[in-house]
Amino acid sequence: MTSSRSQNELPLSVYDLTVAYQRKPVLWDVGFEVPPGSLVGVVGPNGAGKSTLLKAVLELLPKVSGQIRFFGGSYAENRHRVGYVPQRESVDWDFPIDALDVVTMGLYRQIGWFRRVNRAHRDRAMAALEQVGIADLAHRQISQLSGGQQQRTFLARALVQGADLYLMDEPFAAVDAATELAVLAVLREMKAAGKTAMVIHHDLQTVPHYFDYVLLLNMRVVAFGPTSEVFTTENLQKTYGGRLTLLEEATHAMRERGRQR
Amino acid sequence: MNGLWPDDWSWQLDGWIILAGVLCALSSALVGNFLVLRKLSLLGDAISHAVLPGLAIAFLVTASRSSWPMFLGAVIAGLVTAGATQWIRSAGKVDEGASLGVVFTCLFALGLVLIVQAADRVDLDPGCVLYGAIETTPLDQVSWLGWRMPRVVWVLGTVLLVNVLVLGVLYKEFQLSSFDPSMSTALGISAHGMHSLLMVLVAVTAVASFESVGNILVVAMLVVPPAAAQLISDRLGRVIAWSLILAAFSAVLGHWLATVVPRAMGYRAVSTSAMIAVAAGLLFCVCFLVGPRQGVLSRWWQRRAAAAEMLAEDVVGWLYRREEKLAAADKASREAGAGPEELASGLGVALGPLRRNLKRLVRRGTLQNVAGRYQLTAAGREEGQRVVRAHRLWEQYLVEQAEVPLSRIHEHAERFEHVTTARMREALAEQTDGTERDPHGSRIPPEH
Repeated sequence: MTSSRSQNELPLSVYDLTVAYQRKPVLWDVGFEVPPGSLVGVVGPNGAGKSTLLKAVLELLPKVSGQIRFFGGSYAENRHRVGYVPQRESVDWDFPIDALDVVTMGLYRQIGWFRRVNRAHRDRAMAALEQVGIADLAHRQISQLSGGQQQRTFLARALVQGADLYLMDEPFAAVDAATELAVLAVLREMKAAGKTAMVIHHDLQTVPHYFDYVLLLNMRVVAFGPTSEVFTTENLQKTYGGRLTLLEEATHAMRERGRQR
Repeated sequence: MNGLWPDDWSWQLDGWIILAGVLCALSSALVGNFLVLRKLSLLGDAISHAVLPGLAIAFLVTASRSSWPMFLGAVIAGLVTAGATQWIRSAGKVDEGASLGVVFTCLFALGLVLIVQAADRVDLDPGCVLYGAIETTPLDQVSWLGWRMPRVVWVLGTVLLVNVLVLGVLYKEFQLSSFDPSMSTALGISAHGMHSLLMVLVAVTAVASFESVGNILVVAMLVVPPAAAQLISDRLGRVIAWSLILAAFSAVLGHWLATVVPRAMGYRAVSTSAMIAVAAGLLFCVCFLVGPRQGVLSRWWQRRAAAAEMLAEDVVGWLYRREEKLAAADKASREAGAGPEELASGLGVALGPLRRNLKRLVRRGTLQNVAGRYQLTAAGREEGQRVVRAHRLWEQYLVEQAEVPLSRIHEHAERFEHVTTARMREALAEQTDGTERDPHGSRIPPEH
């Protein structure tokens, strides 16, 4: 019963989300509904608010307004069903831990407060490293991994979480071809298992091959829908071309006024 | 004076002083690890300075020197510093260092002003704030469960116990929130909350250590042992263990340096607290020089060893090629080897280091010295064959697979040959279709 219900409910729905950094709006009235079992690519120019969107959805950034539902409930209720893969550059890779330690972090929620990591947890982390093809590097200090291997470590950490919805911030950025294929294989396995992933992506060429839904974002939703319908030249021009000059002007004016006060 | 310890050394007195120093060093170093990992080393400095106005205000308000209000006031002041620094940084776009500098110097100065104001009513001494009065540790005794011990030891022991318990129980939460705050918060382990808890621990540690051992010692112990430990290991558990070992050792060494060394040289004993901090600095220098991971000397030594190994491979490779060229000659002249001068000019290296290297190769059984000429032994010939095989396989691979121009392949192959394992040679041979000639037409010798 539970599984059939979870098949039908929306993994993520966002309504009228507005986010601002120090009064400067970065996302305006963003709304979309992610269907279950889909791979959603988030595409847009630099500064379009892609990372901000993921962080705001996960309540890592305060929102000005808007409603966000995970599987029909709040984030706090469904935390265990949501996995987050931050940008690779967001952490200090000189931190004194090895790849296996990083992957084990994905289990910390299941392990629970105050409890220690045990052998069974490490075995599961190891299995995830195997799945992404770098089990032999498990005991390397993480700065000794290549960019692609670091990204795979993050992916393995997401895998052990066993979530139903994954939010990934540029897992394909600056990785080698082999890692790109490995990440893609993992995404497809997730989809085959009925999971959902929302992925920030930079390479427009590969969007139609990788994702069945696409969210074109530039401070607001330019278009959202099945890739075959939405990923058109016209929409891309709207996203990347006309940089919403009026909106920017208003934003700039607001900031100036804030300064004069 | 008998041996290490002076005549008036008494474990009854000096033992308690050392114990106080060790307890303070351990508690500070333990929480300091996470400050250093979060790149907030100076926040410890700021907090331990900023507790001064807290102490002064608590005194002026309650008009008593009783411990609890003073303690609470100081801890609150420490937390205000941490909070204010973060707020100034995020709201005012002031960088981390500057906002720290602004907050803690202002608060510290305010504290000094307040203390002077209250000075005629209290024995709070600004000097004592800096380097404490660890030497008076044994004088103020308390009784606990029938044990008599100095109050300072009781207080610092309690603080250490609290730090060990909190960090022990929340080890993985502190690890995650330090490494990846956003992931941590997304999982439901609030990075902000963990940060605040850490600040409470730092403030409590700083305040408890404050009057007994002084502020310099806390500041040093929060940062120096963890920083040194990170030069020794790159695993968090071991970094923490090393930081504790170094902290405890600095405390013992510091007291010895403060009491024994100056007197042996005819001076009077100096402040133990300050000397413990100096000892920690000395230990850091040792780690900096010889730390296995980052140590300057260790890295220099590794580079030197690697260079010697490369030179050795060049020598056997050169001798192997010489034998190849003389393939038509009889065995004796083919395997006659070469003198050091001939080798040095052939390889384009200096004679001195080469001679040392040759001697090493003789000891290793790779070469034999026959009347001043160095010849390959059977084992040396095998090694030479491996080096030359790797070199020529690389040249072939670079031309065939990587399309590197012919004029450039030699220098690349020259570098790669030194890092080529048997497995790599196998893969190279496979990918060059088992060819037997390199691009220059030389035969690629078979795997031995």
